[in-house]
Amino acid sequence: MDMTKQKKIDALLLGILLIGMILALYMAFLGAPRERTMGDLQRIFYFHVPCGIVGLLAFALNFVASVIYLIKKDRKWDSLALSAAEVGVMFFTIVLVTGPIWAKPVWFVWWTWSPRLTSSLVLWLLYLAYMLVRGYVPDPERRAVMSAVFGVVAFLDAPIVWFSIRWWRDMHPSAMIDRGGLDPAMVPAFLTCSLVFLVLLVYMIRRRLFLESARVELERLERAANLVR
Amino acid sequence: MIEVQGLAKYFGRFSALHDLQLDVSEGQFIALFGRNGAGKTTLLRILAGLSRPSAGSVTIRGFRPGSQDARGFTGYLSHNTALYLDLTALENLRFYARLLDLACSDGDLETRISGVGLAGRAREPVRNYSRGMQQRLAIARAFLHDPALLLLDEPFTGLDREGTELLTNYLDEARSHGRTCLMAIHDAPLGYALADRLVVIEKGMVALDLERKASTLEEFQGRYRDLTEEC
Amino acid sequence: MAGKVWAVLRKDLLIELRTKDSLNAMLFFGIVVLVVFNFALESLRDSIRTAVPGVLWVSFVFSGTLGLNRMFASEKENSCLQGLLMVPMDRGVVYLGKMLAAAIFMFIAEIVIFVCSLIFFNLTVWSEIPWLILVFSIGTLGFTAVGTLLSAISVNTRMREVLLPLILFPVVLPILVNAVEATNIILNGPDYRALKLPLAIMTSFTVIFGTVSYLMFDFVLED
Repeated sequence: MDMTKQKKIDALLLGILLIGMILALYMAFLGAPRERTMGDLQRIFYFHVPCGIVGLLAFALNFVASVIYLIKKDRKWDSLALSAAEVGVMFFTIVLVTGPIWAKPVWFVWWTWSPRLTSSLVLWLLYLAYMLVRGYVPDPERRAVMSAVFGVVAFLDAPIVWFSIRWWRDMHPSAMIDRGGLDPAMVPAFLTCSLVFLVLLVYMIRRRLFLESARVELERLERAANLVR
Repeated sequence: MIEVQGLAKYFGRFSALHDLQLDVSEGQFIALFGRNGAGKTTLLRILAGLSRPSAGSVTIRGFRPGSQDARGFTGYLSHNTALYLDLTALENLRFYARLLDLACSDGDLETRISGVGLAGRAREPVRNYSRGMQQRLAIARAFLHDPALLLLDEPFTGLDREGTELLTNYLDEARSHGRTCLMAIHDAPLGYALADRLVVIEKGMVALDLERKASTLEEFQGRYRDLTEEC
Repeated sequence: MAGKVWAVLRKDLLIELRTKDSLNAMLFFGIVVLVVFNFALESLRDSIRTAVPGVLWVSFVFSGTLGLNRMFASEKENSCLQGLLMVPMDRGVVYLGKMLAAAIFMFIAEIVIFVCSLIFFNLTVWSEIPWLILVFSIGTLGFTAVGTLLSAISVNTRMREVLLPLILFPVVLPILVNAVEATNIILNGPDYRALKLPLAIMTSFTVIFGTVSYLMFDFVLED
């Protein structure tokens, strides 16, 4: 791994992020039109939804990395899986926090058991469970295998969870409906925010991966040191 | 029969095995010596296919340990008996016989049970057995399919005198039938008496590898002591 | 191979018949949960029939989790699993045998808990029974299909059995949601045609996770 090249990429990403975040904030608060019914509160949508999308991408990455790890047994895939899962959980935490902030003034309740919010909660719990599995297996090689298996299970479960909750909601409709559809005037802001969060995802996973790789390397060095003793 | 090259097994910061090299021919009988934590159990478990190597290569008759082919001719005995305490001795063996596709009648199995000195107690739950008796039954269980490769991890620990005699006879008989055997053992005189080859594992590597014929027991014990003391 | 799966299954059934460890615990716990719910849902006393599907399945899931925990705890004793791993057979045989054993125990517990609920909540169900059996069966199979794999994972962690509910419950949520709804449809209407979707989802879940667990089981068992 060429350190300077990696540092350059990270610096570039950080630069894009700083500019991008400012641009995204502008677009979301000033560039996009004011929504008719909810007013400025609706602007939270530009952060709430992209975080969800990007979180899902992170979990998808965890799935792919887990599968590859199970086939190749190369530790770096395990490190990637872990990084993706952690960052995914972070993004979903944002989704779960912004959801109620949005819901309270509009629906006068903190929590709506809407399909999207409920599925997000379950997905968040699934990957917290992934972190739990990792937390309680002391041996690194075993930990990698166990969590990879669970990562596969969790990701395959996600669509089934989504369908089940969607259908359940159809059976028990509530007054609060998830707003679908997007006014064309809002699209640029939405896209900008989505892209910026995507760059944030890549940047954060890279940083986390770097940290994890360092840890694996430290482990290897300690092993070598223990041998000499 | 067995080829081990550059074998390593890590548990995080700890290397149980590190760059281990070992070649075993068919019919050889190896006694594995070493301090606690030297790596004997780890090596045996990897050969049995119960544990995967972290690095290096291991083949048994050309197969990967733990593959179905390898398992077919490997038998493993540790101080965990792998016996179901709530089943009788006969039921335990019957269960394994069925899984191993062995066409053993109850009579055959009872003969084996008698063979390990438990005649008349075949229909008692294993929970009622003493530790030594359970260990003896474990011998019958582990080698039910008469495997070509016997892997034993300190099998004499926990055996009473009758059991020790029984196992010694069993191993002698296996040897005369050309079976290959790797046995981790603490008791140097016993290991020396049974084996063709004496291997000492220290710090995850082979530290000493002697033909039994090439050394007396005292010489071997001396070298063993030096090895384990100087480290 | 079917013979070997049967051998593993039969072994677990035989041990359970002798010790009755799992079943006793599962039955007792399931019934206790019913009793607790009675107090918890006192305000729903008149319309308890609407709450029964949820109560039943929570009870089933808690009880089933107990059973799953026992599944591998008993193999840990004496490292019996080691013996199974040395046998030259597809290790998926162990998965299938254990899964079916867990499903059978859970189903037995469900029947008893269900009968108790009929008594506790004064319900009458006759024509609904075949449908209920269908929903209970598929739900149980789905639950144990993934539960067996996760139980094998959790038993190898530091927290052992304590971890299982934590990692299992989020995963089996689809089974829970659909099973409760299906049970609700059977007990409280509208009509049986609405059962198609929940049963389809539960069956897909069972097939997907049964296959995936079977394929990945080997990874979890080895050291």
